[in-house]
Amino acid sequence: MHIPGDSFRRLKNHLTRVKVVDKATVLNIAKLARIKVSESETENLAGELTNIFDWIEQLNEVNTDNVEPMTSVVAMAMPSRTDEVNDGADAERVLQNAPDRPADAQGNPLAFYVVPKVVE
Amino acid sequence: MNSLTDLTIARSRDGLDKGDFSAVELAEAHIAAVEAARDLNAFITETPELALERAMASDERRAKGAAASAMDGIPIAVKDLYCTDGVATTAGSHILEDFTPPYESTVTQNLKEAGAVMLGKTNMDEFAMGSANITSYHGNVINPWKLDDGKDRVPGGSSGGSAAAVAGHLALGGAGSDTGGSIRQPASFSGIVGMKPTYGRCSRWGMVAFASSLDQAGPMTRTVEDAAIMLQSMVSHDKKDSTSVDQSIPDFAAALTSNIKDLKVGVPKEYRLDGMPGEIETLWQQGIEWLKAAGAEPVEISLPYTKYALPTYYIVAPAEASSNLARYDGVRYGLRVEGDSLDEMYENTRGQGFGAEVRRRIMIGTYVLSAGYYDAYYVKAMKLRTLILQEFQQAFEGVDVMLTPTAPSPAFAIGEKMDDPVQMYLNDVFTVPASLAGLPAISVPGGLSDEGLPLGLHLITKPFDEETLFRVGGVLEEAANFTAQPSYLEGVA
Repeated sequence: MHIPGDSFRRLKNHLTRVKVVDKATVLNIAKLARIKVSESETENLAGELTNIFDWIEQLNEVNTDNVEPMTSVVAMAMPSRTDEVNDGADAERVLQNAPDRPADAQGNPLAFYVVPKVVE
Repeated sequence: MNSLTDLTIARSRDGLDKGDFSAVELAEAHIAAVEAARDLNAFITETPELALERAMASDERRAKGAAASAMDGIPIAVKDLYCTDGVATTAGSHILEDFTPPYESTVTQNLKEAGAVMLGKTNMDEFAMGSANITSYHGNVINPWKLDDGKDRVPGGSSGGSAAAVAGHLALGGAGSDTGGSIRQPASFSGIVGMKPTYGRCSRWGMVAFASSLDQAGPMTRTVEDAAIMLQSMVSHDKKDSTSVDQSIPDFAAALTSNIKDLKVGVPKEYRLDGMPGEIETLWQQGIEWLKAAGAEPVEISLPYTKYALPTYYIVAPAEASSNLARYDGVRYGLRVEGDSLDEMYENTRGQGFGAEVRRRIMIGTYVLSAGYYDAYYVKAMKLRTLILQEFQQAFEGVDVMLTPTAPSPAFAIGEKMDDPVQMYLNDVFTVPASLAGLPAISVPGGLSDEGLPLGLHLITKPFDEETLFRVGGVLEEAANFTAQPSYLEGVA
């Protein structure tokens, strides 16, 4: 499907050599997002993300200098409530889906999570 | 054909009230249909025992003359992103494959209290990211609509399992969720009604989050009246969701008066895309004629920012998703893939736990929110969102409702449009603008494509004017007289 403004934008991008998402950028984003990506995937993602950002670039046709960024689609005052505990004290339910839970010597599960060693 | 599964919600309610059949009989018929239709892959988890238990309780209530609502005893399918107490909830993802919530989402709690009978949890695009239901860890959903070419078609997405369940007569209604079109587009592809209420009508509490400023629950049914009845049992003001609105709730089904005389119907010219199939344009024109014949007045309107809605959405939704999905870290729940350090454990867990489309969107979102790009992408998109909302507000000063096509094509075959993510994203070109503006919208089956696949017509109204949406939707439904059935149903006769 043809999106209006597409050809002009592509031409402009070509002429001004707008940045593309390269492999180094992909690896950096993956690091920030804490997602392991394989070498072959890095290549594909660089191409796909370049296409997507190339397509998104058309937003720059619109002058938004005096426009407020949206904060909420529905005009409403943020609700507030009394600052008091209304839930909690239920470690078992909170922990019931834990992927790794330690147990005491008798084999009873303890109420905390296990993570890989963080501090040497 | 099993007649109990061919009823509507409204007719089932009447039948239950009159004692023509029991909720248990209705549940049993649907449980059998679900089991017989496993080739559609519409359900991730079937809950037949739970369904029978709830159906028995429903019969007891009715016997005492104390039916909880019009939904009491009605078998429904629930998208697998609603947390259901004690029933696995995967959001179509490997990372939540073994997750069983210890609590119930507000929407499914409301449906439960209304007496609805949950048949199971339906398949969906992973974390609701997709328009074809081909990104689920649990496999593709097959559209019950088939042609002679032997190809399996997609049901649309992301609420594809609920759409296939309702279209395939496995459930009388389905709970879906819509972020950029995930109720309406599959409704169009599957020949059913799909409705997204105003942002804030339904509580998002307990729904697995994709993009919180856009996500909204809604009904998927076989008639407009059924959508109104089902929505009634989904909405509520909920203190557990700060974006849930405290707004009076009308009787939605009572809005179906068939009277749309002198109503102004906006026809946005920017929804006429170059290269759009002729059959979509023809149906749209037909829709305009139908509403005109019913006494409404079509008005051409202009929404020039329409073309920017989709790229805006592909900044906003991934940005929110990257933030929301940060919670899947292998520590507190869900999949864990070990690593030598905490970071490596995170990376391994998220690398293996998320599928390709989810990884792609998290990366888009991470990029647009990262230092140096936040203003250029995210703030820019939020400004565009303001302009899109203002444009709708101005247009609604002159019209009561807008009519557009729901999707730019009928259902396509599994394997098509899969190479280029942007091509796939274009499926939502007509549904995304209303999502960005938080507006209520509905897709109603309008007719068949040249090949014989269903096509939907899309209506949008002002915030909290679901009544006009249902009223006009009802008129459109009556005029379209869409009686075609998916070919899949012939096979199970």
